[in-house]
Amino acid sequence: MTPSTVGLGAAEIAKLVRSKQISAQEVAEEHLALVRLQDPVLNSFLQITDDAAIASAKAVDAKVAKGEDPGELAGVPVALKDNLVTRGFATTCASQILKGWRPPYTATVVEKITRAGGVVLGKTNLDEFAMGSSTENSSFGPTRNPYDLNRVPGGSSGGSAAAVAARFAPLALGSDTGGSIRQPAALCGIVGVKPTYGMVSRYGLIAFASSLDQIGPFARSVKDAALMLQVIAGHDPRDSTSLESGVPDLLSDIDGGVEGLRIGIIEELIDGVAPMVGSAIAEAANSLSAQGAKVEYVSVPAVRYGLSAYYLIAPAEASSNLARYDGVRYGLRVAGQDMNETYISSRTKGFGPEVKRRIMLGTFALSSGYYDAYYGKAQKVRTMIINSFQKAYERFDVLLSPTAPTTAFELGAKAADPLSMYLSDVCTIPTNLAGHPAMSVPYGLGENEMPIGVQILAPALGEVNMLRVARAVEKGSPLIRRKLFWE
Amino acid sequence: MAKPMPSEAANEFIPGWEMVIGLEVHCELKTRTKLFCGCTNSFGHEPNTNICPVCLGLPGSLPVINESAVELAVRIGLSLNCKVDESIFHRKNYFYPDMPKDYQVSQYERAINENGYLELPLSKKMVRIERAHIEEDTGKSTHVGGGGGRIHGADHSLVDYNRAGIPLVEIVSAPDLRSADEAREYVSELRAILVASGASDGKMEEGSLRVDANVSVRRLGSEEFGTRCEIKNLNSLRSLVRAIEYEAQRQVELINSGERVIQQTRHWNEDQGVTTAMRSKEEAYDYRYFPEPDLVPLSPSDEWIAEIQGRIGLLPAARRERMASLFASVSAGSTLDQIVTAVGLGLDDLVVAAVECGADPKLALARATNEVASDIGNLSNLTVANFSDLLMMEFESKLSATQAKTVLSKMLESGSGPQEVAKSLGFEALDASILEGLVDQVISGSPKEWERFSMGEDQLSGFFIGQVMKLSKGRADGKAVTSILRSKRA
Ligand SMILES: [Zn+2]
Repeated sequence: MTPSTVGLGAAEIAKLVRSKQISAQEVAEEHLALVRLQDPVLNSFLQITDDAAIASAKAVDAKVAKGEDPGELAGVPVALKDNLVTRGFATTCASQILKGWRPPYTATVVEKITRAGGVVLGKTNLDEFAMGSSTENSSFGPTRNPYDLNRVPGGSSGGSAAAVAARFAPLALGSDTGGSIRQPAALCGIVGVKPTYGMVSRYGLIAFASSLDQIGPFARSVKDAALMLQVIAGHDPRDSTSLESGVPDLLSDIDGGVEGLRIGIIEELIDGVAPMVGSAIAEAANSLSAQGAKVEYVSVPAVRYGLSAYYLIAPAEASSNLARYDGVRYGLRVAGQDMNETYISSRTKGFGPEVKRRIMLGTFALSSGYYDAYYGKAQKVRTMIINSFQKAYERFDVLLSPTAPTTAFELGAKAADPLSMYLSDVCTIPTNLAGHPAMSVPYGLGENEMPIGVQILAPALGEVNMLRVARAVEKGSPLIRRKLFWE
Repeated sequence: MAKPMPSEAANEFIPGWEMVIGLEVHCELKTRTKLFCGCTNSFGHEPNTNICPVCLGLPGSLPVINESAVELAVRIGLSLNCKVDESIFHRKNYFYPDMPKDYQVSQYERAINENGYLELPLSKKMVRIERAHIEEDTGKSTHVGGGGGRIHGADHSLVDYNRAGIPLVEIVSAPDLRSADEAREYVSELRAILVASGASDGKMEEGSLRVDANVSVRRLGSEEFGTRCEIKNLNSLRSLVRAIEYEAQRQVELINSGERVIQQTRHWNEDQGVTTAMRSKEEAYDYRYFPEPDLVPLSPSDEWIAEIQGRIGLLPAARRERMASLFASVSAGSTLDQIVTAVGLGLDDLVVAAVECGADPKLALARATNEVASDIGNLSNLTVANFSDLLMMEFESKLSATQAKTVLSKMLESGSGPQEVAKSLGFEALDASILEGLVDQVISGSPKEWERFSMGEDQLSGFFIGQVMKLSKGRADGKAVTSILRSKRA
């Protein structure tokens, strides 16, 4: 028995709420009931904020009753990755080190969602500090893939992706440092967008790697993703890296089609992907051609070095960003005989193995005597990648690739082998290094009957074209969906 | 570009040896708010009351640069003849409880101000300024019980984050200083420049100016530098001089006894008057500097720099010139010393204004650098009009020098005018006829002395003045008595 609003898209729900056909409170209650019933198996939420959700839904209804417009997300349930700070509600990053911490402030994106009438249902699971590609690195247990509970949802924003795929919420927010939105979106068969670096404020996003982190939406349709992005984008004076350029209208041209657009398939990212993933990309390309786009293969040679550069830059920044979790001011403190022992005991107990691995990698990469060979060189590679993309964008409006080299793998399959886990982000990492936007759109089923994602990449601030192409890919995609675990 | 002058023999502290000193001065900027957040920048509040997610480095918070801190940093750079240019921030990583993020945001590779110089006012020596960069201050730790105020051995520690994130400019000199006195002269001149430029209140006692000294020694005539030690956190001119002298002496003794100086960071113990090792070069932190990804480069435009230049007031060198122009000639010596003192204490405006009101420059400078300087805390009690009236009274011999000094001290204490104070002290000059009567009285009481004085024994005038003073209970003016005596002798 499917309740009435569960499964509806964000735009539909907002329309129904704004036109008083349904109350935001009912929408919230129906979604919360499903979460309560089914999430114990999926483990996509770390915290369900029922009371606050009902209160904000009631506030939306009150506005509607008074004839005021509650906003574009009127009554739309939203799930938040638990690395976005929420005043008064625990924010954990899925780590033990933040045990007991309640932030005294709220992230800019969350404020924007609430102001637009969105109703926050709770905080979702992630790989600890967003470090991972399967959500198995959460200290609160892994999230499962809603199509096959033995498989991972991807990561690090696995909780948000699984929640949206499972119909727990039509929208969710994630963060993407090397693919943490796009890869789980692909593995869960939904849409995920990593915007241009600086388009969405990072104020209140707990940093993993500051120069790469960017917040973005999950949705079950390209239009809903665009709607959410439109709400959260824009300059924020509290984030120095936030762009001052205005945000274009992302929705009005989204159905404009791809006639005449030049689309390049990145050769380097097709090599070595799973066979069915490879053929899905070819099919998507054919469909775009059929819709009037000019599709060709293109070489972007520098993307080959993305993974190596990323695993120096991201850990280096992380080693510094995560230094503050020292047991002195908040979170977990394991008291020792002296200050150093307290630092060591707190961090030893508070951080999981993957976080420790990256802190050590990053500390080493920045050490005197090694800086030039590692961090310095990685920054040069980063410039190379930007130049390589720039060359491709002289000839193409957008680029195409798989989002992930395989479909969702089984829980535990890669947990013991960090390097093979790192490889699942090989297609997504180069865009983060370049600061460009990219997104994943579902395209049928592949190996093990699991979803495939097509990645659409665009130059900086190329969101309008990117979303138009994504919409065309969506229109041409096979109408096939596996049953959810609860269906 | 200014070049350091060769050291002078007068600076020799131990025969045959020479000190080489470079100073790092941390200056708190006088902004309304902190460097990266909107918290109040002020001293002496309840601990942990001027804090927010940003200066506490809470997860998810981000820094946003305070424009007025950048302006004050540029003022410092321009006042020190630096090149002001595009700069970037780095993170300096190390663990310490008073650092909320366990890294400090500072400028490392490209500082906002580079390659300037400062001219020492007395010796006219040029001291090169390598850089003056922006950074954030840390919180303040108090270590309680055991350990003598240091973290090692303390029972527990308290941290006040009110100071965390307060904007600092660190001014790094080249190793151009050659004596503790030069170091003192450098810091007082720098302090005067910082105050005059409006960048800092220059209060060393409140910690708004903190000095680290890099000290090494070498044999006189040697071109090579010796191994240096860095003495941290010298909070007064007195400690600076004492610490440098102690440290240089220690190094010479080490070398003379056949040992080597080890490159170290040292702590100055004020009570015992010694420096002690904190950590050696081998134990030094690896700060793992890298560009701060949460901030964008600072690129002040030429127009903005020019605007800022226009907002800087008169700097000490210009102030000294203005003072010197009040005198026919100023050569090295007491007048120059007094001018330097007056400018250093910010008393030059008072002197210039008093002279403009008609006061005698020499007298104004003397009273300002002695009596006013010794009670500078009460400067606000002294109006220019009252000060120049007092100087006129002294100049016109309505008050003796001794009386004028007493009156001035009372004026500073009470804020009253000179006539009022002089009257209350009974210092009104005696009427000429009364004074003459007193002189006659003394002459008739000392006929032998008067005869000798009349024969030309001038030194006896002192005796007569003393007698008249006694009779008048100190109210007589010595000069007036002398002229009466002379007229009676004729
Ligand atoms: Zn603050």
